[in-house]
Amino acid sequence: MAYNWNWGVFLQPTATGDDSTYLDWMFHGLQMTIGLSLSAWLIALLLGAVVGVLRTVPNRWLSGVATAYVEFFRNIPLLVQLFLWYFVMPELLPENLGNAFKQTNPIVQQFLSSMICLALFTSARVAEQVRSGINSLPPGQKNAGLALGFTLSQTYRHVMLPMAVRLIVPPLTSEFLNIFKNSAVCSTIGLLELAAQGRQLVDYTAQPYESFIAVTVAYLLLNVVVMSGMRWVEAHVRVPGYIGGK
Amino acid sequence: MFKHSLRRALVVGMATTLLSAPVLAQELTGTLKKIKDTGAISLGHRESSIPFSYYDDKQQVIGYSHELMLKVVDAIKAELKLGKLDIRLLPVTSANRITLVQNGSVDLECGSTTNNTERQKQVSFSNTIFVIGTRLMTKTNSGINDFPDLAGKNVVTTAGTTSERLLRRMNEEKQMKMNIISAKDHGEAFLTLETGRAVAFMMDDALLFGEMAKAKRASDWVVVGTPQSYEAYGCMLRKDDPAFKKVVDNALAKVMTSGEAEKIYAKWFLQPIPPKGLNLNFPLSTSVQNIYKSPNDKAFD
Repeated sequence: MAYNWNWGVFLQPTATGDDSTYLDWMFHGLQMTIGLSLSAWLIALLLGAVVGVLRTVPNRWLSGVATAYVEFFRNIPLLVQLFLWYFVMPELLPENLGNAFKQTNPIVQQFLSSMICLALFTSARVAEQVRSGINSLPPGQKNAGLALGFTLSQTYRHVMLPMAVRLIVPPLTSEFLNIFKNSAVCSTIGLLELAAQGRQLVDYTAQPYESFIAVTVAYLLLNVVVMSGMRWVEAHVRVPGYIGGK
Repeated sequence: MFKHSLRRALVVGMATTLLSAPVLAQELTGTLKKIKDTGAISLGHRESSIPFSYYDDKQQVIGYSHELMLKVVDAIKAELKLGKLDIRLLPVTSANRITLVQNGSVDLECGSTTNNTERQKQVSFSNTIFVIGTRLMTKTNSGINDFPDLAGKNVVTTAGTTSERLLRRMNEEKQMKMNIISAKDHGEAFLTLETGRAVAFMMDDALLFGEMAKAKRASDWVVVGTPQSYEAYGCMLRKDDPAFKKVVDNALAKVMTSGEAEKIYAKWFLQPIPPKGLNLNFPLSTSVQNIYKSPNDKAFD
């Protein structure tokens, strides 16, 4: 294939005259990806933990609501959810509020829509992990807690959750990795994260291979860092006597 | 290039060892050979570049550029003396079109692709098929008349286009404090304009008229502003394939100088077109007349 390799393209000043190089663009994209994924992950963890616990409580109403939440956010494709948040949501708000939102800085609009979308989508998946963690505990643990005179919420807080959360660290790691990869979907609404900057680099320099390779390497590095971080967490919170624990 | 010479060496080697056929008067190479061998050509087209290359309401590809591309295909068929030539259609986007031409997925792409020197490093361009100016579309009552009115406002354009570059450069050089939204395609950019996220949409004027043809109420929109650049649209093909380029260029030149192109122009720009039967009323500019008179493949930048 006739292709002109040019790795020096990253050090060239950009064609927009804002004295930054294409490498700076990639860094901005990386920052955006990290900022978006981490903030969405924090929300997803908190929401997911709450919803996951609710799915296991002995109250049909509460667990029903939690189940509906999980099924809703888990069964609609991420891309569709993103378009709903970005394009449809502002039209459903009262007109003044919707227009005010649409007139704000587009980056803020895109970031907020993306963050909410990723956070809720991932929270449904986290909720499932939390639920399975809780359900995997022997029923004796809950009964023992209750028999000792703990209330239900105390049993959750002091007996079941400390165990369940430590058991689900490995599956949470893959959800954590997923959120970084899923964040690439947000380039479709114009958010300039890593994948979008890569695409933009192709548009501006007509050097697709260099740019896609750089993006691939950046995602790989990001995920290696996350994975080793989570390995460390896993090793430190391991439950003695369980799989892999001492 | 190494591959090519290797392949040629193999072909020559085989021919000499087998001592079979006499040497062909004109040995086919590159894309022409591929088309002859496979009996098929794969064409790249756009999905929403109205009126150049887009889907009608029956999901058929139609448009000005597409019609010219089919003329070229006829010429290729005649050149190669093929009884039957299968046409494979592949939709491309602003972002992937160059790669798809390079990696061989697409042999020829006629849509709304600007011929510029940057792209010439990766692909080759045919004779220019259209010339556009980059302008603005806005609501009739928005109060936007030209580019300076955009200061401090949200403006949308399509990612990967020359308009995006020009807009960003203008923002930087004139400190206009615009917020620039880069939408995925022309349809989405227009949606951004229509929903009030942006006050104006900067794009190639012909495409803006095309988007207008799709709008719920065409009379709500106007195209305004001094053109910020003029651009030459060309068909894209693989680099370093002079034989194929010559066939494509000759075919286009013939259509243009014979007056056939002007009829095709009238069909897409001066008469009602699908999907809504709107007339773009986009008069033939002198720059387009010039390329019809003397076809050439020069880029404008």
